[in-house]
Amino acid sequence: MLEDKDRIFQNLYNDFGADLTSAKQRGDWKDTKEICGKGREWIINEIKASELRGRGGAGFPTGLKWSFAPKEVGSRPHYLVINADESEPGTCKDRDILRFEPHKLIEGCLIASYAVNAHKCYIYIRGEYFNEGQKLQTAIDEAYKDGLLGKNSAGTDWELDIYIHYGAGAYICGEETALLESIEGKKGQPRLKPPFPALIGLYGCPTIINNVETISVVPTILRRGGKWFSSLGRPKNTGSKIYCISGNVNNPCNVEEEMGIPLKELIEKHAGGVIGGWDNLKAVIPGGSSMPLLPKETCETIKMDFDACVENKTGLGTAGIVVINKDQDIIKCMARIARFYKHESCGQCTPCREGSGWMWRMLERMAKGEATRDEVDMLLDVTKQIEGHTICAFGEGSSWPVQGLIRNFKDEIIERNKFDPIVKKQKDIPYLVDQHLLEKENA
Amino acid sequence: MAVKKISKVQPEKFEFSKKNKETADSIIKNYPSGKQQSAVMALLYLAQKQNDNWIPLSAMKYIAKYLDMPYIKVYEVATFYSMYNLTPVGKYFFQVCTTTPCMLRGAYNLVDVCKRKISEEENRLSEDGKTSWLEVECLGACVNAPMLQLNEDYYEDLDTTKLEQIIDKISNDEVPQPGSYRGRLSSEPENTRKTLIGNKNA
Repeated sequence: MLEDKDRIFQNLYNDFGADLTSAKQRGDWKDTKEICGKGREWIINEIKASELRGRGGAGFPTGLKWSFAPKEVGSRPHYLVINADESEPGTCKDRDILRFEPHKLIEGCLIASYAVNAHKCYIYIRGEYFNEGQKLQTAIDEAYKDGLLGKNSAGTDWELDIYIHYGAGAYICGEETALLESIEGKKGQPRLKPPFPALIGLYGCPTIINNVETISVVPTILRRGGKWFSSLGRPKNTGSKIYCISGNVNNPCNVEEEMGIPLKELIEKHAGGVIGGWDNLKAVIPGGSSMPLLPKETCETIKMDFDACVENKTGLGTAGIVVINKDQDIIKCMARIARFYKHESCGQCTPCREGSGWMWRMLERMAKGEATRDEVDMLLDVTKQIEGHTICAFGEGSSWPVQGLIRNFKDEIIERNKFDPIVKKQKDIPYLVDQHLLEKENA
Repeated sequence: MAVKKISKVQPEKFEFSKKNKETADSIIKNYPSGKQQSAVMALLYLAQKQNDNWIPLSAMKYIAKYLDMPYIKVYEVATFYSMYNLTPVGKYFFQVCTTTPCMLRGAYNLVDVCKRKISEEENRLSEDGKTSWLEVECLGACVNAPMLQLNEDYYEDLDTTKLEQIIDKISNDEVPQPGSYRGRLSSEPENTRKTLIGNKNA
C-alpha cells in the first residue's frame, strides 16, 4: 500500500480547503520558477524518466506526447488543452481534482505550457460540472492576483493565460479531436488522424491535449524527481493513480493508490467490500464503462495497471471501477451501458451510429428473454463490425463491453434466450437485426 | 444519437440583456481574433439562462449575427449538445442520472418518484408548472450515486424518501441544500477511511 507521504493529492477529501494559501502550505507553487529554469529539455526528460502514462484512458506516455510538439514556434502559436470532459460512466476523479486540488492543475498547466511552448491554455470542462468550473475559475483568479499567471507567470518570465471552456453534455467531446472541434464552436465530431493534434490541432495550430489528472501530477513529479515516481508501481506502469470505486460496494469512494494494487484489495479494504460479501460478486468493470468486464475468478488475482489489465483482455481505462454483485441482472446492466453509447454516438460513422442502437435493442430483448438463440452470435458479429471501423475509439468503447459480456456470460444469455428465430426460412439475410419488428405473419 | 425536438411555440424576438452583452463580449475575447465562433457554446448558455432555461430559434439567429457565423452552424451546435433545451423546461429542472453505476444503486427508484411526484412523462411540466424532469446519461458523480442534478447543483447519495422531501420543498419554492444527503463532504469512504488519516486529524 502506498504510504500517505507518497500520495500526490493530499487534499483529495478536502481536509484543508482548496484556496491558494492552503495549497501553498501543501507545497504547491513551491520552486515553480526553479523547475522551469531547468529548461524544456530537462522537464520533458524527467517526465519521460518517470514513465508517466496519460490518465485519461488511453495511457499514452506523457513525456513522449510533449516531445511531439515542434521545438521552435513557427508562424502558428502553440496551444495546451486540458481535457476535463470527464463523462465515462464509473469515473469521477477529475471532479475532485477540480474541486479540491485546482492549484495542482493550474501549476501543471504552467509547467506543461512552458514545456511545449504554449502561451494559451484552454481547460475544457463538461457543462454539468458548472460548480466545479466555478471553483477552478476562483483558483485561476487567485493565481492571476498572486502573479502566478499572466505576463510573467510565477517569475518564470513565461506568459500564460488560462481559459475555461464549458462543454454541453456530449460524451464524445472527451475524444481529443472532438474536443478541439467543440472549442472551435462546432459540433463535437472527431477528426481523422493523422494529422495528429501535436502538429495540426486547435485552429490548425500545434496542440498538446492532456487529461486533468496527468497534468496535476506533473509538478509533484518534477519536485520529487522522475525516479521517485517510477519507483512506485512496476516498469511501464509507474506511479500512483486515483481509483474510483462505485456500484455494489459498502463504501463507494475515490482513493489514490499505487499502480498495480490488487483489485481485491481496492474493493475489500478501501471500499468496504462487496455488498453481500465477496462471494456475492458477479463481475467488475475495471476501467470505466468502455472496458470489458471481468468475471469473479479474474477479480481474485488481477492487479490494476495498464499492462496487467490488457493481459486479462480488458483495460485500465480511467480506473473507474464498477462493482456488480449477484443481486443485479448482468445483461440488464450491460444493456443500460449500450443505451448510453447509443445516446452518445455522434453519428458521424455509420457502423457506430447504427450499430450502437442495434446492440442496445438486442441486449434489451436479451435481458427480457425475448431474443432468439442465434442472436447471441449475431450480436457478437455486430460488435466486430463496429470495432476498428470508425474514426475514433468510440467504436471500440461501445463494442468492448458487449464483447466482454458475451465472452464471460454467454451461457447465461443463452439460458434466458433459447427460442428459434422468427424468420426461419431466410436466416442468411445479413443483419436482420430488428426482426422482432417484423410481424409474425410476414415471417 | 439523441433526437431533439424544437418547441412549436417560438417567441418572435430575442436580444441579450445589457449585462449579458458585456459577458458575451468578454467571452469572445478569450479566443483569438477571427475565431469568435468558439464562443457559440457559451453564448447559447447565456441565452438559455436569460430565456427561462430554454433556447428559442430567434436566439440562435441572434447569436449567429452576434458572432458573424451562419445560422445553420448555430442550429447545428444547439441540436448536437444535450444540455441545450430547445423546448421549455420547468423553473426547477431535475435531471436524474440512470447510467449503470447509478442504476446499480437504485436510480430507477428515483425515476419512479419523479414520475409520481412531478409528471408521468419526461420533459412534461408538473401540474403547478414549475417543475420538470429528465433521465440523463452519466453525470460523473458515480461514487456518490444515486444522484441527480437540479438546475446547476448536484444532489448526491439520495434515496426515495430524500428525493420526495426535496421535491416537496421545491414545490414550496424552497431550494434545498445541494451536495450529499448522507452527510459526505467529498468522495471519501464513509466511516472506513484508510488513507490520509493524518490529514483528517490535522
